[in-house]
Amino acid sequence: MPANPILTDVWVYLAQTPLLWLTATLLAYLFADWLYQRAGRMPLLNPVVVAIALLVGILLLTDTDYQTYFDGAQFVHFLLGPATVALAIPLYSYVGRLRAMLLPLGLALLGGSATGILAAVGVGWLLGLEPMILRSLAPKSITTPIAMGISEQIGGIPSLTAVLVILTGIIGALFANELLLRLRFHDESVRGFAIGLAAHGIGTARALQISTEAGAFAGLAMGLNGAVTAILGPLLLRLLGL
Amino acid sequence: MIAALAALLVFQLIGEVLARTFALPIPGPVIGMLLLVGVLLVRGATPRSLQNTATGLLAHLSLLFIPAGVGVIVHLATLQRALLPLLATLLISTLITTIVTASLLTLFRRWLSPAVQPRPAPSAQEERR
Repeated sequence: MPANPILTDVWVYLAQTPLLWLTATLLAYLFADWLYQRAGRMPLLNPVVVAIALLVGILLLTDTDYQTYFDGAQFVHFLLGPATVALAIPLYSYVGRLRAMLLPLGLALLGGSATGILAAVGVGWLLGLEPMILRSLAPKSITTPIAMGISEQIGGIPSLTAVLVILTGIIGALFANELLLRLRFHDESVRGFAIGLAAHGIGTARALQISTEAGAFAGLAMGLNGAVTAILGPLLLRLLGL
Repeated sequence: MIAALAALLVFQLIGEVLARTFALPIPGPVIGMLLLVGVLLVRGATPRSLQNTATGLLAHLSLLFIPAGVGVIVHLATLQRALLPLLATLLISTLITTIVTASLLTLFRRWLSPAVQPRPAPSAQEERR
């Protein structure tokens, strides 16, 4: 923290306006993306991971709380809504292929969605996680705003769910495509759908890097899984007695 | 570009209003997305400015998750307490979900729509971004 009174004034000003943390968020992302490109798109240097780590480091060093940070960064966060709507455009361009596989997509969606919930709760239970964390884990494969709503409904901690959702997305972005390729899933629509279902928007961002087709199917899976999990999640947890 | 952005916001707004009015479990932006697909289907084409704005926004989709992700800072203590089992759970369950979904889609497609031929494997270097 600066000791000089003028610097202190400047710091107080910066801490009160959205400018500082909005700018910091964009710069952290630009740097992380630059690093990712420079490293030949090495999966472990995923720009979301690097930018988050960087910003968390800066917040801890400057003793800034998350609310202050989010007051600035919320403008970026807000764009998630219009970006989700924008997924309609790649989706529309693949409507022909979608129509041809409507029933398989619907069935895979139901099966995948149930697997997402049961795998999260089941593996977590086997590894000895406490019930509160298990309930927060259940909706982890779906997009943040719905996941937080479900978490609240089933007695989890919504903000913990948000973090688990992001971590899930990062894991999906890091490993899912490579794993599917290794298992010989070559079809880009299949890979996109699976990644979008298991790892929501961050997975969709990754799928968009594979191709627009993969991205379109990922966006579709993300949107639909959000809806299906909202219905299946509370039901399955009640059956499991959690 | 502003018109395109306004269009996206209008669809999101309609989606939010519908979701809240009818207490739908589907989030507003997703309803907006489905409505926009419907409108594009009726229209038969995507306007160029909308295409450009959507492409620009989606090219940096990763950026939009950073503010929520930084929220990890609030839960550092809880995460530390159960770090290893939690990470293992996330990793294993996410990969199980991915594999099961990809397998189900591949199987159901083979059974239910034999007309769709599997497409040729993409070349080793994928087209990215």
